[in-house]
Amino acid sequence: MTTATPAVARAPFDRALLLVMPAAAFMLLLFIYPFIYGLLLSFNPKNGGALANYTHFFTTDNLWPTIWTTLKLALPATLINVGLALPIAYKMRNKSRYQRWVTTILVVPITLGTVLIAEGMLIYFGPKGWLSQFLQLIHLYTGPIRLTHNFWGVLISLVISGFPFAFLLILSYITGIDPVLARAASTLGADPKAQFRHIYLPLLAPGLAMCFCLAFVQAYSVFPSAVLLGSPAGPTRVISIAAYEAAFEQYDYSLASAIAMIMGFVQLIIVAAVLGLRNLWYRGPVSGGKG
Amino acid sequence: MGGTAKPMNTAGSWFDRAWRGLLLGTMTLFVVNIGLIIAAVATSSFARRWLGTWLPDGWTTTWYTEAWREFQLGSILWVTVEVVFAVVLLALLIGVPAAYTLARRDFPGKRLLLLLFLLPLMVPPITYGIPMATVLYKVQLAGTIYGVILANLVPAAPFVILVMTPFIEQIDPNLESAARVFGASTARMFWHVLVPLLAPGILAASLLVLVRTIALFELTFLTAGSDSQTLVVALYYAVFAAGVRAPQSVDAMAMVYMLVTLTWLLIALRFVNPTQLVSRVKEHPQPAT
Amino acid sequence: MKHDFSELRLDHVTRRFAGAGGKAFNALDELTLTIRRGEFIALLGPSGCGKSTALNCIAGLLSLSGGSIWLDQTRIDTLPPEKRGFGMVFQNYALFPHMSVAKNVGFGLRMRGITGADADAKVAHAMKLVQLIGQEHKLPGQLSGGQQQRVAIARAIVIEPPLILMDEPLSNLDAKLRIETRAEIRRIHRELDRATIYVTHDQDEALSLADRIVVMKDGVVQQIAAPKEVYEQPSNLHVARFMGYRNVLELDVAREDGDRIALTGPDIALTGMRKQPLNGRRAAVAIRPDDIVVGGNTGDDNIVVAKVENVEYGGRDSLLDVVTPSGTLLHVRGPVTTARGDSVRVHVPVRRALVYPLD
Repeated sequence: MTTATPAVARAPFDRALLLVMPAAAFMLLLFIYPFIYGLLLSFNPKNGGALANYTHFFTTDNLWPTIWTTLKLALPATLINVGLALPIAYKMRNKSRYQRWVTTILVVPITLGTVLIAEGMLIYFGPKGWLSQFLQLIHLYTGPIRLTHNFWGVLISLVISGFPFAFLLILSYITGIDPVLARAASTLGADPKAQFRHIYLPLLAPGLAMCFCLAFVQAYSVFPSAVLLGSPAGPTRVISIAAYEAAFEQYDYSLASAIAMIMGFVQLIIVAAVLGLRNLWYRGPVSGGKG
Repeated sequence: MGGTAKPMNTAGSWFDRAWRGLLLGTMTLFVVNIGLIIAAVATSSFARRWLGTWLPDGWTTTWYTEAWREFQLGSILWVTVEVVFAVVLLALLIGVPAAYTLARRDFPGKRLLLLLFLLPLMVPPITYGIPMATVLYKVQLAGTIYGVILANLVPAAPFVILVMTPFIEQIDPNLESAARVFGASTARMFWHVLVPLLAPGILAASLLVLVRTIALFELTFLTAGSDSQTLVVALYYAVFAAGVRAPQSVDAMAMVYMLVTLTWLLIALRFVNPTQLVSRVKEHPQPAT
Repeated sequence: MKHDFSELRLDHVTRRFAGAGGKAFNALDELTLTIRRGEFIALLGPSGCGKSTALNCIAGLLSLSGGSIWLDQTRIDTLPPEKRGFGMVFQNYALFPHMSVAKNVGFGLRMRGITGADADAKVAHAMKLVQLIGQEHKLPGQLSGGQQQRVAIARAIVIEPPLILMDEPLSNLDAKLRIETRAEIRRIHRELDRATIYVTHDQDEALSLADRIVVMKDGVVQQIAAPKEVYEQPSNLHVARFMGYRNVLELDVAREDGDRIALTGPDIALTGMRKQPLNGRRAAVAIRPDDIVVGGNTGDDNIVVAKVENVEYGGRDSLLDVVTPSGTLLHVRGPVTTARGDSVRVHVPVRRALVYPLD
C-alpha cells in the first residue's frame, strides 16, 4: 500500500489576479514607461552632454523664470481657493437643501473646463464687458478694467476653476467627521469657536493638507488659461507653455521632457513641504503639551 | 442663581453675523459671476454686433450656422462622440475587473498597485502628457484617433477603479459564496449576480468618465492631429485664432460645447453625487445608523 | 455652573419636528418632571418614544418648542449646551479620536481653564473611579468597547457636574459586559451621589438602576414611579405590555364591584383589579407569565383549564404556552413538570390580574 502524499501547500494561483493585469499593464505601458522614457530622454539632448538640457533651461532667459512665474500664479491661487473653501464648507457642513444646491451649482465650472471659462472671461471681464460697464455704472471705477490678457485674468480663472474643486473636496472631508463629536465637545463646555479649533481643525488637518497639495498641483499645471487669458510671451509665461513650445514648436522632445521633469520636480518639492509641515503641526496636540 | 432667564442670543454676536454675511456674500458673488460669464458667452453668440454696450445691437442665429460650417462642427462632434464612448467602454472593461480584485483580494504589492492607479489622478495631465505624447509620436499613434483614445484612457481607467471599488466592497461577499454553493461558475456568477448589483456603480462611473473626458483638454491637445480633435480642443484653437474669425462664431461654438457638456452633466447628476466628480477620496458608503 | 442644586424642573417641555410630508409631530409632548439632587431617573420606552429627545433638550443640544427647564430658580433652556455644565455620555461614546484618553477626559477641564497639576489630579481621580488606570496615553481606537465606555463616563464626571446624562450607554456592549458595566454605573452613582438621567429601552436596566422610572410613549409620559410600582402596578396597558405583561386578554365586562372587575370570555372567567376607569362593555386583562401558577384548587378564583401546547425548558423556570379549548393563549412561566399535550389547571391571583380599558 503506497501512501501517496498529495501535492500540498502551494496556494492555488488566484485567478482574480488576472483580472487586474490589463489595467496594470496599461498603466505601466502608458504612464510609467513614458515617464521613464522621458526621464532618460531628458538626459539625452540634441547636442551637448547629459545635463545639457537642464543647463540650457536654467541659463535661458525665457525658460528658468517660468518656474517662478508659475509659482507666483499657483501659490496665491491655491491659498485663496483653500482659504475660502474651508470656512464656507465648514458653514455648510450640515445636510440641508442649501448644501445640495450649492454643491450642484459649483460642479458646473468644474465641468465646463478651463477653455470655456477662459472664453467667457474674455467677454465678461474684458474692457468692454458687463463687469466693466457695471463698475462704471456704479461709479466704482471709471475707465476700462484690465483683467484680461494679463496676470490677473489667469489668477481669476484659476480661482474660478479651482475653488469649486477645493470646496467639494473639503466638504467631503468635513462631512466625514461625525457631528456628534462637536456635540460632545459642547456639553463639555466648548463654544462653537472652541469646537472648530479643538475638534474639527485637528481632524481636518490631513485632509486640508491633501486638498492643498491637489489644488496646488492643478494650479501649477495651468496651460490653456495662461495662453488665452494671459500674455504668454511675458508675465504669464508659465512652465507648461515652455514645455509645449519645446515639444511642438521646436520639436525638441528631449528638452520638452526635461522641462516636464523640472515641472514635476517643483510640484513634488512643494507637496513634500506641505505634507512635512502637516506632520509637524498635527502631531502637536495629540502627544505632548499641556492644553 | 436668582432672577429671570437671560434670553439666549441665538444669532450669536455681531461678529458671527458679519462672518456669516461675508461668507454668504462671497458665495453669491462667485455663483452670480459664473452665471454672468456663461450668459455673456450666450449673448455674444446670438448677437449681430456687440461693441461695449449692455446688450447687442441685434440678434441673429447665423453665427451658429457659420460656426458649424467653418469649424466643421459636425465632424468634430462625431470625433468627440467616438473618442468619449470608446474611452468609457475601454475604461470600464479594464477598470471594473481590476476594481473587483482590489476590493476583494489582498496580495503582496497591493499597495504599490493602488499607488500606480492613483498616480494618474494626482499628477496633472500636462506633466505626464508631454512624455506620453512623445512616446505616442514615436510609435506613430499620435495624431490619430487611436492615440487620443489611449491618451484619455490613462486617467479614465484609474477613475473607474476609484469609483467602483467602494461599490464592490459594499456587496456582501457571502452573495458570491452563495452563488457558488448553488452551482454557478465564476463567469455565470459574475454575469448573473455581480453585474446586476454593480449596475448603478457602473452607470455612475460611466457618466463621470464621460463628463470628465469631454472636458479634458490637455491630453487630447497634446496627442491629437487635425482630424482627431475633440470639441474642447477645437474650441481652444478657435479662441486662439479668434483674431482671424468673427468672435461671435467662436462664441457660438463655445455655446455648443457648453450645451453638450451641461446636458451630460445634468444626466450624470441624476445618478451621482456632485462630490464624486472631483473626489479623489473614496466615497465611503453611509454607515447604517 | 458647578453649584449643587436641589431640583431640576421640566415644565411642560414640548419639542416638535417636521415629519415626513411636512406634517409636524410632537416628539415630546408637555413633559413635566422634577428631579431631585442625587436621584437616578430612568427614561424608559421603545424607540421613537421621545426619551432621547428629552435628554437632548435637557443637555441643550435641541431647543424647545414649548415649555421651560429650570435649575432651581434659574431658567436654563435658553442657554447653549456649553453653558449648562451637565456631563453627558453618548450612545456611541463620541470619544475624540485624535486625543489620548487623558486628553479626552481632561477636555472639559481644559474648556473651563483648569490645567496643570490640578487638572491632572482630577483626571487621575476620575480614571481611578472608572478603573481605567494605565490607559492614559492610548488613543480611543486602541481600546475595547467596554474601555471606551468607561472613558466616556470618566470624561463626563471629571467636571463634577450637578447632573449626568446618559444616552443608552450600554446598548453597544455584549450581554456579559452590559451586566458588568451596569454594576459599575450603579457603584459610581453611589459614590458620586450626583443626579443622573439615564435613557434606555431595556426594562431590566431601568429596574435595576433607577430610583424612579419615567415610562414614555410617543412623546407622552405614561407613568412616573419607583421601579417596584412600575413593575407590579403599571398604570396603563402600554406600560403593562412594555414591562412584560405578556398575557393581554380582551374580555367582556360582567360585573363591576368597586375596583374588582369580573370578566368573561368564551371559556374563561376572570376577576381582576381595575387600574383605570373602563370605557365600555369590554376590557383588557393583563397578567404576567410569572404570576400564573400551575395547579390550584377548585374553589379558587380565576382557574383556567387549558392544554399545554409548547414547553420551553429554561432550567429553574420554564415557559409554557397553554391554550384553552376556544383558542385563548396564555404564557406561563415557572418551575413546571408538565409536558406537551398535557391538560393543566392554572390559577391567576386576583390581585395580579390587572384590568384596563381597551386601547
